[in-house]
Amino acid sequence: MAAMDEQPMTRATRREFLAAAGGAAFALVVRPAQATPAAMALAIRNVVGDAEVRPGRIKLDLPPLVENGNSVAMTVAVDSPMTANDYVKSIHVFTEKNPQPNVIGVQLGPRAGRASISTRIRLADTQTVTAICQMSDGTFWSHSVQVIITLSACLEDVI
Amino acid sequence: MARTLVNVPKKAKRGEIITIKTLISHVMETGYRHTHLGVRVPRDIIDTFVCTYNGEEVFRATLYPAIAANPFISFHTVATESGTIEFRWTGDKGFSATASAHITVE
Repeated sequence: MAAMDEQPMTRATRREFLAAAGGAAFALVVRPAQATPAAMALAIRNVVGDAEVRPGRIKLDLPPLVENGNSVAMTVAVDSPMTANDYVKSIHVFTEKNPQPNVIGVQLGPRAGRASISTRIRLADTQTVTAICQMSDGTFWSHSVQVIITLSACLEDVI
Repeated sequence: MARTLVNVPKKAKRGEIITIKTLISHVMETGYRHTHLGVRVPRDIIDTFVCTYNGEEVFRATLYPAIAANPFISFHTVATESGTIEFRWTGDKGFSATASAHITVE
């Protein structure tokens, strides 16, 4: 009698387990592929268009070794006088291996006084992070930094 | 209403470059995470942050899921005149939050 009572319950549990396992397998299939260096290049192209991007004038400050990718302090500073004729129009930050290449886009003007911003970002993997700025004369400048991550962000399961 | 914290100097000299620091409580759910049953957690982020100085826009940022939870943003502006500096965060699911600070310019 006890065994008969138990059986349907066991089945239900088994069914639930299979549903969960199936769901998990499905999740693995639909999980978005991480952005690739090509995706980052495309995202950069969307911002700069056909203009040439040269290294220099902008400084991306990130720690070289990060324990927890969930919150990484980042500072981007551009060497610019920030006058009415010569100022930084925008700053964009891109990552190579996060699920999405864009990190932040900032619009500035001569009223900023100093082209320097700080924020905290997520990094999913050991990768290269690139900052690009657009000057008022239309030129683009970039700086890339290699960051090593020991605990990654973005894709971990919700508990 | 999300909790906000803004740091603006109370007084500044005319033409001085001041540092503004802002913090807001928000999960910044990326939309790339799944529960243990494989259900995707929908994206819920702040996507726009705007700072206005006496009504004139001085700073605007577009945020993506790669910004950490409880977004912290620090930037600079020139203290031109006494007045109010206002901050507005907007995002998914109709999220909107505002904060303001008064500055006296001598």
